[in-house]
Amino acid sequence: MEKVYLAVVLAPLIASIVAGLFGRQIGRAGAHWVTIIGVAIALAASVFAFYMHVFGGLPTFNAAVYTWMASDMFTFEVGFLIDHLTVMMMVVVTAVSLMVHIYTIGYMHDDPGYQRFFSYISLFTFSMLMLVMSNNLLQLFFGWEAVGLVSYLLIGFWYKRESAIFANLKAFLVNRVGDFGFLLGIAAILMYADTLDYATFFERLPELADIRVEYWPGVEWSLVTVISILLFIGAMGKSAQVPLHVWLPDSMEGPTPISALIHAATMVTAGIFMVSRFSPLFELSDAALSFILVIGAVTALSMGLLGIVQNDIKRVVAYSTLSQLGYMTVALGVSAYSPALFHLMTHAFFKALLFLAAGSVIIALHHQQDMRQMGGLAKKMPITFITFLIGALALIGFPGTAGFYSKESIIYAVQASTLPGASFAYWAVFAGVFVTAFYTFRMVFLVFFGQPRMSDAEYDHVKETPRVVTVPLMLLAVPSLIVGFIVIEPLLFGSYFDDSLRVLATHGAMASLESQFSGAWVMFTHGWVTPVVWMALGGVAVAAIMYLLLPTVLPPLFARVFAWPRRVMQDGYGFDGFNSVFVAGGSRLLGRGLWQIGDVRAIDGLMVNGSAAVVGYMARTWRLVQTGYLYHYAFVMILGLIGLLTWIVFIGA
Amino acid sequence: MSLYQILFYVFASVAVIAAIRVVTVRNPVHAALFLVLTFFSTALVWVLMEAEFLGIVLLLVYVGAVMVLFLFVVMMLDVNIAPLREGFIKNLPVGVFVALVMIVELALILGPASFGLDIYPPPEPAAAQTGNTLAIGQVLYTKFVYPFEIAAFILLVAIVAAIALAHRRRPGVHYQDIDAQVRVRATDRVRIARFDDDKTRRGDIAGDSNANQDEKKP
Amino acid sequence: MISLSEFLIFGGLLFSISVAGIFLNRKNVLVLLMAIELMLLAVNVNFVAFSHFSGDIDGQAFVFFVLTVAAAEAAIGLAILVTLFRNRRTINVEDLTEMKG
Repeated sequence: MEKVYLAVVLAPLIASIVAGLFGRQIGRAGAHWVTIIGVAIALAASVFAFYMHVFGGLPTFNAAVYTWMASDMFTFEVGFLIDHLTVMMMVVVTAVSLMVHIYTIGYMHDDPGYQRFFSYISLFTFSMLMLVMSNNLLQLFFGWEAVGLVSYLLIGFWYKRESAIFANLKAFLVNRVGDFGFLLGIAAILMYADTLDYATFFERLPELADIRVEYWPGVEWSLVTVISILLFIGAMGKSAQVPLHVWLPDSMEGPTPISALIHAATMVTAGIFMVSRFSPLFELSDAALSFILVIGAVTALSMGLLGIVQNDIKRVVAYSTLSQLGYMTVALGVSAYSPALFHLMTHAFFKALLFLAAGSVIIALHHQQDMRQMGGLAKKMPITFITFLIGALALIGFPGTAGFYSKESIIYAVQASTLPGASFAYWAVFAGVFVTAFYTFRMVFLVFFGQPRMSDAEYDHVKETPRVVTVPLMLLAVPSLIVGFIVIEPLLFGSYFDDSLRVLATHGAMASLESQFSGAWVMFTHGWVTPVVWMALGGVAVAAIMYLLLPTVLPPLFARVFAWPRRVMQDGYGFDGFNSVFVAGGSRLLGRGLWQIGDVRAIDGLMVNGSAAVVGYMARTWRLVQTGYLYHYAFVMILGLIGLLTWIVFIGA
Repeated sequence: MSLYQILFYVFASVAVIAAIRVVTVRNPVHAALFLVLTFFSTALVWVLMEAEFLGIVLLLVYVGAVMVLFLFVVMMLDVNIAPLREGFIKNLPVGVFVALVMIVELALILGPASFGLDIYPPPEPAAAQTGNTLAIGQVLYTKFVYPFEIAAFILLVAIVAAIALAHRRRPGVHYQDIDAQVRVRATDRVRIARFDDDKTRRGDIAGDSNANQDEKKP
Repeated sequence: MISLSEFLIFGGLLFSISVAGIFLNRKNVLVLLMAIELMLLAVNVNFVAFSHFSGDIDGQAFVFFVLTVAAAEAAIGLAILVTLFRNRRTINVEDLTEMKG
């Protein structure tokens, strides 16, 4: 099986290298074929591994395949930990990645950076697989940074656009903040547990549970809490939780396939995956779980609200991603790891679908992204419309869709939790359902219904996108609809995650959820009468009234009435303004200060030129002593001799 | 005052006075000769201390060889002495002062208080027939055999170095080059020239032009 | 009898005279070399005297070695002197200023 795992990782890497370095030689078709075949191999191997582990009863694989570095105390290895959690992630990553690869053929059709783009997305697939398959923290960190790097490269893919450069720099810097915490967490684990290996670390956890550390005099922290929160700060950066979310909306500057693959379906879920992977650690700290819970709840609601005021179709989907990530984080906070991962999976499918469908619209309208210039496209683009609608229904949790099962589970788990902050989180996610439904269907109505808000010539010109675009949409629509119904029972209440996740008995959210659960079909039929679904349908109804029935009356009215909150929301609650004034400005000020005083004066002036000046002065002075006359040296020698003699006679001896 | 003491004081005074003359006389030849006298008197003082082997070595090696070498060099070099004496008077006070300071300080250390007879009693005179040569030979060839070999090697190096430094290759003098003699081959010495009969005959007639041709193809 | 200190002071006198000689004849390399020979002689006197008074023959063996080194030094020194004179037509120390920066 080790060869299969290696094939999963290496096939996209090799494809990426071939497409990246020899792109000119193999041409455009060669580049997409080699990468698609690479990812297809990875998908096939992943599915095989999935089958062997889940149905074939293969035990968890945990071994190093390569020793990278062995020092006195630590060994740094490249290793795989393949269990049910990993194989699920592998299948999701490679499946979405394959869809995106195929879709890209159509989307990037006439872009000059065609080969480069394929190389990047294959490289991303490799990095993400390294991240999820890792069995130690160092490799996890490698994957973590590698996906960050590829994300940076892809956001700035159109590197001639000023805004793209700004956005990728922003994504990189904000992620650094999170990574700093993450790195500190890894360092703390290495320091206290003497290992980077997951399994060894979990074995040593009981010894660490009681350690208390004191960073400020008088303030004691539980070590486990410190490590958990540090690791979670890393997850906040990668999974875009408030306040480190600011990079994700801007990342929409990248090409749409990337938004689908990286910034919706896979990379941003790395934080969720990591926290789940470290469930034995997080379980030990109620404080950290509460922290996660509150952060997630704030993200889920506030980012959903921002989705309402956006006009760019991709930004609406981006904010919905932020909001859904908030839901997953909330689930992590109440120890409902399996619903979080469940939602991660369903979200990967339906959000990739939504992004790709939005991209399809964008292609059809010749890279027009403003929803105010759209409308009435349902008749023109039936496949895109239907798949987009499926994605939207899954997103709002319409009964029966994949999103319904996962989101419903999360909300009930939050309701059942007894942690501090759980009731606040419950109301936040509950209100979030309404908000999600409202902005999602606002988007659907604005884009596909009503009167076209563009010139007739343009409208007549619009036609359905080619098959390379619509086929991935259809392929993604299928799991978006049915995957929830199929997998909810084994995934949440079966023994699927028994090896991977660990939940303490005191965190009873999942247990109470399980006691109420009586089959996916019952949940579906019962779903029509739950308050959650009514909230969602209410949101849809309000959106329908505003944008379908009275599109010319109500939205401007609301915009006037709620002018002030609307402006705040359009500014993204001022996070960007705060960051650019205080964080960026402060850094620039600090940098200038260090440069002028530290570098120019102290280092250049005092240390470098100063020492040179001292040496020069000494040399100029002492040169005069070196007369070059032999007898002067002899005199000095004799005088020294006499001095020594005098010292012996009168002082020493 | 015993004969022993008288002899010591005579030899020592001669040595000291000769040493003073060494550093003060104008002529380097005289200086060398006074140095010989100093060495000679010192050798006698050493004999008084029952170090007769070393005394004789000092005479043979120094007076007989090194000092003669000095004299040779002094006489060989056509040295203009006048500029070398410049500053002699000027440096005299400094030199005398330094020397006096040293003497006083040395006397303080080496005076009778530390090294007097009561502290270091005179050794028993050696028996008449025992030789100092035998005693030195015994330590030199047993205890100090390794340094002794090194000393021999140092002398060898000094010989080589001195020759290498002073040796001069004069232009126009023919030396025997043994390397070249050994390496030589028959073809280097004998050139076989082949003469065509016809050409020779024509050469006789044509004269100069043919001779030139032969010269061109060695 | 003659005490050890008298022999040592005799050596010390020879040494001091040679030091003074270096001061006085600082321009004449030839006399400088002689003064150095004189210094070595003074040291040898000390060796012989201590050897005699402590009844240890090792000191005299040392004198032997010092003589060896002194002879070698004299030979090389004179060779340098000859070469120097041949090249510069002078043995004046004042003219040897190649090392002066």
